Amino acid sequence: MKSKYLSVPYLLWMLIFTIVPLFLVVFFALTDKNGNFTLDNLISVGKYSNVFIRSIYLGGLSTLLCLILGYPLAYIISKTPAKNQNIIILLIMLPMWMNFLLRTYAWMTILENNGIVNHLLSFLGFGPINLINTQGAVVFGMVYNFLPYMILPIYSVIVKIDHRIIEAAQDLGAGKRKVFSKILLPLSISGIISGVTMVFVPAVSTFIISKMLGGGSSILIGDLIEMQFLGSSYNPHLGSAISFVLMILILICIGIMNQFDDIEIEDSPQKLM
Amino acid sequence: MDLLIKLNFIGGRELTKSSIISLKNITVSFNNQIILKNFNLDIKNGDFVTLLGPSGCGKTTTLRIIAGFVRPDVGDIFFDGKRVNDVPAHKREVNTIFQSYALFPHLNVYDNVAFGLRLIKKSESFIKDQVIKMLRLVGLSDFSNRDIVSLSGGQQQRVAIARALVNKPKVLLLDEPLGALDLKLRKDMQTELKNIQQQTGITFIFVTHDQEEALSMSDTVIVMDKGRIQQIGSPQDIYNEPQNAFVADFIGESNIIDGIMKKDYLVEFAGREFECLDSGFSPKEKVDIVIRPEDIEVTAPLLGHISGKVTSVTFKGVHYEIIVDIDGFKWMIQSTEIQLPGDTIGLLLQPDDIHIMKKSEHSGEYGDYRAFSDEMYEVYEEQGQKEN
Repeated sequence: MKSKYLSVPYLLWMLIFTIVPLFLVVFFALTDKNGNFTLDNLISVGKYSNVFIRSIYLGGLSTLLCLILGYPLAYIISKTPAKNQNIIILLIMLPMWMNFLLRTYAWMTILENNGIVNHLLSFLGFGPINLINTQGAVVFGMVYNFLPYMILPIYSVIVKIDHRIIEAAQDLGAGKRKVFSKILLPLSISGIISGVTMVFVPAVSTFIISKMLGGGSSILIGDLIEMQFLGSSYNPHLGSAISFVLMILILICIGIMNQFDDIEIEDSPQKLM
Repeated sequence: MDLLIKLNFIGGRELTKSSIISLKNITVSFNNQIILKNFNLDIKNGDFVTLLGPSGCGKTTTLRIIAGFVRPDVGDIFFDGKRVNDVPAHKREVNTIFQSYALFPHLNVYDNVAFGLRLIKKSESFIKDQVIKMLRLVGLSDFSNRDIVSLSGGQQQRVAIARALVNKPKVLLLDEPLGALDLKLRKDMQTELKNIQQQTGITFIFVTHDQEEALSMSDTVIVMDKGRIQQIGSPQDIYNEPQNAFVADFIGESNIIDGIMKKDYLVEFAGREFECLDSGFSPKEKVDIVIRPEDIEVTAPLLGHISGKVTSVTFKGVHYEIIVDIDGFKWMIQSTEIQLPGDTIGLLLQPDDIHIMKKSEHSGEYGDYRAFSDEMYEVYEEQGQKEN
């Protein structure tokens, strides 16, 4: 009976800070300034479909790059001696201790036209290259900021895979490639799904990175929403409608990804979404 | 080519008896600790061979060398006469049953067993045929679609056996596969494994620290300690004719007593001379004498060769385990008749009860049954589990 009361604060918390805001978003999305029901907001979201496509494309690309970089790294970390593993994980986490804004700001100065990178390139005779204010810079910023969120869940799954299972596969005739495709990959799929979710969701809805490294030339959904609430084109009803559509899109994406996770593995880390 | 076929044909009979696996001058060390030193071993085709020894004796390492998971620092491994040092584990014609079974948790029973055959791209109909046949052999016909995690330890064990055997390996390596099973199930699986080995004719190399398991299953027992072979022989040889005090102590219970060889067929220990069946020692050579507790006959004090006072009696089911103090040395006797602590009894020793061994580096390592307990074996088992 006691445990029932223990959950009350959490339920209350969720009610106030999750359910009510969600309800408000939906409410704003479906009403006009006078509080009358309307679908105009949702319909006008369609005008921004290019922003949605760009956001999903850049977010997806960043997620893919994070996976390509993060998976091998997570595997390599899991194979290093146990005492070194914690140090490497610490090093990966270390940049996250610094403020997100500060890190992105630092990259802004590094990548700008007379920043360190371009100085170095000029010195080597490649001439200055326009790095800042490109989609490439935005993707780079996302990969840089979100890579740890890909590595950690994959690492935590791979490190728990019993090395004797790998040996058993080798023993039965599986070479390196088969061990990967038949054992390692299926056993780490839950980590991949967690990682992809943890990178894709913030990448799609980020606004700081695109603002600082994309220079406003390629605005993303996050920027669009920000503008509706804090910018000159103040329109919380449209902002809510965009948020609402974004939420649904993300839910669909997660739903699709979870289809791959039809494997029940003991001790798999809890999915975060 | 013709010549080769002819040679094989001529040599056919010897080939079947020839060694299928040879380890030559193998040395292995981990972190500067030598695990195997100058190790030599020949395993005959079709044999049931057991590597027996306490934890840390190098028996699992030996198995892993054969499987291809450990590369020796020095020495060569031959498989069917071919050097296989550089052949990786997945290309060797051996399969392993791991102590922890190491089944694939994301596959069901059928797919686990089919794993090896699918890798060599057999047709699904052939695979189905083989897998079903193998599941029947291990008594899991109805379990094809079951999840691995839903199986009991004994069932998982059978899946591991089927998964290895379905590939028809020339050699099956078994790394303490029965260690995690309870006693009753272990006994059943011992019989079953032995039957499977006899039916298939596959060479089994079985690793265990359980001496009873080794004796009851094997054609050949290899007793190891500290990275060296202490004795190779049939279970009967190992039990009845231990080569040194280590083997005598490790295999079964034994009273190991210091003695002096007077001349051929006459030995002195426990304060008097005994006739024995051993010869070939130098006169007055110091020797270790092994007397198995079950060979000693209990009689009245005056009728025995020697006599002593009973200090403890433990009921073991089949027999009583009686500890007797004879001039300060505690002997163990196994007898179906109960004795009472404090009684004085006589012991009769026939010449064929007395086994004489040369002194070795192990002499004196094993005292009498003063502090006798099962502790030592429990420690071995614990270490064994930790090690793996």
